[in-house]
Amino acid sequence: MSPSSPFLGSLFRTDRGGTIFLGLLALAAILVPVLHLTVPESSPLHMSGYTVTLIGKYLSYAVLALAVDLVWGFCGILSLGHAAFFALGGYAMGMYLMRQIGTRGVYGDPILPDFMVFLNWKELPWFWHGFDMFWFAMVMVVLAPGILALVFGWFAFRSRVTGVYLSIITQAMTYALMLAFFRNDMGFGGNNGFTDFKDLLGFKIATPGMRASLFVATATALATGYLLCRWIVSSRAGRVVMAIRDAESRTRFIGYRVESYKLWVFVFSAVLAGIAGALYVPQIGIINPSEFSPINSIEVVIWVAIGGRGTLYGAIAGAIIVNYAKTWFTSALPSAWLYLLGALFILTTLLLPTGVVGLIRSRKAKGRST
Amino acid sequence: MRNLLALGVVLGLFAATCPVQGATPELPPTSVIPTDAKLDSLLATLPDADYATKVEIATRLGSEGSPAARRTLAALLGGELYYKNSDRSLVSVGKDSKPPQAVDINSGKSLGVIPTSELTRIGINNLLRKVARGALAGLQLASEDAGIRLTAVQELMGTIDAEGAALLRPRLALEKNEEVRAQIVDALALHDLSDSDAAKRLAAVTELKGNLHTEVYNRLLPMVTADATGGFSEPDATVRAAANESLATIKRWRTFNGIVEMMFFGLSLGSVLMLAGIGLAITFGVMGVINMAHGEMMMIGAYSVYVVQQLMPSHIGSSVLIAIPVAFLAAGLVGVAIERGIVRFLHGRPLETLLATFGVSLILQQLVRDIFSPNNRPVEVPSWMAGSLRFNDVLSFTYSRIYIILFAALVFVLLMLVLKRTNLGLHVRAVSQNRAMARAMGIKTDWVDAMTFGLGSGIAGVAGVALSQLTNVGPNLGQSYIVDSFMVVVFGGVGSLWGTQISGLSLGVASKVLEPAAGAVLAKILVLVALIIFIQRKPRGLFPQRGRAAEG
Repeated sequence: MSPSSPFLGSLFRTDRGGTIFLGLLALAAILVPVLHLTVPESSPLHMSGYTVTLIGKYLSYAVLALAVDLVWGFCGILSLGHAAFFALGGYAMGMYLMRQIGTRGVYGDPILPDFMVFLNWKELPWFWHGFDMFWFAMVMVVLAPGILALVFGWFAFRSRVTGVYLSIITQAMTYALMLAFFRNDMGFGGNNGFTDFKDLLGFKIATPGMRASLFVATATALATGYLLCRWIVSSRAGRVVMAIRDAESRTRFIGYRVESYKLWVFVFSAVLAGIAGALYVPQIGIINPSEFSPINSIEVVIWVAIGGRGTLYGAIAGAIIVNYAKTWFTSALPSAWLYLLGALFILTTLLLPTGVVGLIRSRKAKGRST
Repeated sequence: MRNLLALGVVLGLFAATCPVQGATPELPPTSVIPTDAKLDSLLATLPDADYATKVEIATRLGSEGSPAARRTLAALLGGELYYKNSDRSLVSVGKDSKPPQAVDINSGKSLGVIPTSELTRIGINNLLRKVARGALAGLQLASEDAGIRLTAVQELMGTIDAEGAALLRPRLALEKNEEVRAQIVDALALHDLSDSDAAKRLAAVTELKGNLHTEVYNRLLPMVTADATGGFSEPDATVRAAANESLATIKRWRTFNGIVEMMFFGLSLGSVLMLAGIGLAITFGVMGVINMAHGEMMMIGAYSVYVVQQLMPSHIGSSVLIAIPVAFLAAGLVGVAIERGIVRFLHGRPLETLLATFGVSLILQQLVRDIFSPNNRPVEVPSWMAGSLRFNDVLSFTYSRIYIILFAALVFVLLMLVLKRTNLGLHVRAVSQNRAMARAMGIKTDWVDAMTFGLGSGIAGVAGVALSQLTNVGPNLGQSYIVDSFMVVVFGGVGSLWGTQISGLSLGVASKVLEPAAGAVLAKILVLVALIIFIQRKPRGLFPQRGRAAEG
C-alpha cells in the first residue's frame, strides 16, 4: 500500500500541480510553527494562536475535500453525506478527549463526563469503554466511519443505486444520524455535543506548543492523504475506477466487479473523512450534531467543484479558498455570505464545470496553441 | 355544594339590605332587583352590581330563556363580558378572532372592533361562576337545538353533582331526542355511582358500559382498584364485578378510538408529505432533475399566506383561500425562472443541476431573511379552521387536519386531471417517457420543461400554504421538509403520482404508528433507516416508471 519511490519519482515529473501543492504545504508546515512559537508576540511577524487554529481548520477541511474529490471526481459517486463520516471521526476523537477531562469537569466525576452526570446516569454506557486509551480512540476514528461506509456502500452499490438516488440516500443517512445524535438518550451529549477539552496525550490542549503540533499533524495527514489518493488514481485499479465514472455499464460488461471497486474507494474516502474530523475537533475544541447537517456535506461538494473536481489538489485549493472567503465574509458582511455561496454554486456549475484548475489548464492550452 | 348556594343567597340578602354602591336608587330597599324586572333592566343593572347582586341576576337570567340571557351567561363564564364606558351597554368580546370583535349582547349583532380602553370587563368569582354555569346549563337544556342540549348534558356530566342531577331529572321525561336522552341517562347513572344503595350503583355501572366519557372512566377505575390496605372504595363485590366488566368494554373502545385517531393523524401527516413530494415527483419524473430549491418553493407559498394576511388583515377567514392561487403563481413563476435561467443549461447533468438548484435555495432563503426577517412570521389560522370535530371524549379530529387531508386529495385529483386530460399533460407524459421520440414528434420539449418545472414549483407553493397552517413560517421551513419530500418521491417511484400518493400516506401512517412507542425523533429516524434499506432492495421505488430508455 505504501507509495514506493518510483511512484514518487514519476509523481514529481507528471503531476506539476501536486508538486507545487506539496511544496507549499511543506513550507506552511515549517513556517507556521516557527512564526507562532519562536517569533515574539510583539513582532508583526508573529502568528497568533487564532490564525494557527484557523489555518489548521482549513487544512482539516482540505482533507475532507480530498476524500469527496476521490469518490466524486474519480468514481462519479456524488456523496451528500460525507460530513457524517467527518463528524463520526470527530466524535470518536471527542470521546477520547472527554475521558481525558477526568475530575476536572464541573461535577468532578472521575469516570462520567459532565453531561452524563447531568442526565443522572450511573455508569458509563458500553460503547464508551476503551475511549480512555488513545490508541483505541484512533482505531475507532478509522473504524466508525469505515464500517458505516462499508455497510452502507455494500448495500447501495450491490443493488445498483446510482446517480441522484445515491446522493439522496446519502443525504438521508447524514440527516438520520443528525437526528439521532441530537437525542440525549444516545449518550453523545445531545445537542451540546462535547466541549471543554483539557488534555491530549497528557499535554494541555490550549498551549502554543500543542497548537503547532496539531497543525503539523494536520499538514502531514493532508500530504499523506494526497499522496495516497494520487497513488490510488494513478494505479491500475484507479483507471478502472475512472472507467466506472465515465461508463459504468460498459465497465461492468467488460468484466470488472464494479461494486467492489466502488465500495473500497468509498470506504477509503470515508476513513479519510473520519481522520479529517479527528484532526478538526481538538483544534476547534467542540463537536456537536450540527456537523451532521446535510448542508455541511453539500458545502464540501462545492469546495471540490470550485477547485476543480477530479484533480485532487484542486479540491484542496477549493476548500481553502471557499473557507477563507467564508471567514472573511461572515465577519465583514454576514448577510452577503449566503448570496455569495449560492452564486458560487450556480456559477461554478454553469460556467466553470472544471473549476479553477480547469480554467488555468485551458488558459495554458490556449497559450500554447497560439 | 348546596351549602355554597345557600351561602350565596344569604350573602345576596345581606348585600341587598346594605346600601349598595352604584345600585340604582329607585329600587325598593328589600331587594336589589324588582321581581318583575324585565331582561333589559336586569342587564342594565349588571355593570354596577356587586358580586352578590350578580349572583342574583345570574339566577334570574337562568329562568329568562332568551338568547340574550344565554349570551350574557356564556360571555360571563368565558370572561368575555364587558360594558361600554360610554353608554354602559353590554358587549361580549370573543377571544377566537383577531383582532377581537365585539358583539352586542342584546341584539347579538357584531359591533366590529372596539378598543379595550373604551371597555370595562365585568368580573366573576367562583360562586358566581358556579351559579352562572348552573343557570346556563338550565337554559341550554331547555334549548330548541338538540346539539346545544347534548353539549350541555356532556358538560354537566364532567362535574355532575346533586344540583346537576336535579337539573337533569325533569328533562328525562321531556327529552324527545334519543341521543340526548341516552346522555342524560348516563349522566344520571354517573351521579348514582356514589349512591348509598348498592342496587342503584349496580344499575348505574351496567348502564355506563361502553360510555367513553373521561369522567366515567375516572370514576369507575378507583371502584375496582385496590387501595394500599387491599380494600376497595366500592364495598359490594357484585357491583365491583359489573364495574370491571364495564371498564373492560370501555377500555376496548378507548383502544379502538386510539387506533382510529392514530390513523387520522397518520393520514394528515401523510397528506402533508404527499403535498410536499408531489411537485418534486413531477419535475424529477419528467426532467430527471432534482430541484433542491423545492423546499424554498414551499417557503414562498407559506410566505404568500403571510403577505396576503398583511394586505387584508380584516379578512383572515378568506385570506388562506386567496393565498392558494397567489402561492401557486408566485412559486410557479420562480420555478419557470429557475428553469429558464439555470436548469436548461445543465440538461443531462443531474448532479450539477442538484448543486446549482441548491445554490438557488441558499439565495432564496437569504432573500426571505433580508426582506421579511430571520425570525418566524406569525400566520393566523382562520376561525373556520380552528376547533375540532368531536366524536367523544377520547376521539376528536381537528378541523385544520381534516381540511388538509381534503385539500391534498383535491390537489391530487386536479393534478391527475391536468396530466391525463389536457394537452399539456399529454406532452408532459410523452417527454417523461421518451424525450428524443417526443421531440421527433414535434413536441417543444423546451416549453414542456419550463411548464413542468413551473407546475411542480407551483404545487410546492400550494403545499406551502397548507404548511403555513401547521408549522412555523420562517426561512428554514423548506429545509426541514426537503429530505422528507425526497424520501416520499424515491419511495413511491419517480414520476408516478399514484406512487407518491401511496408512499406519502404510508410514510405518514408509519411515523404516527411508531411514534407512541419510540418517540417522535426516533420514529423519524426509524422511518428514514427503513427507507434507506428499502431503496437498496427496490432502487426504483414502489411503482417504477415503465419506459424503454436503458440506463447509461
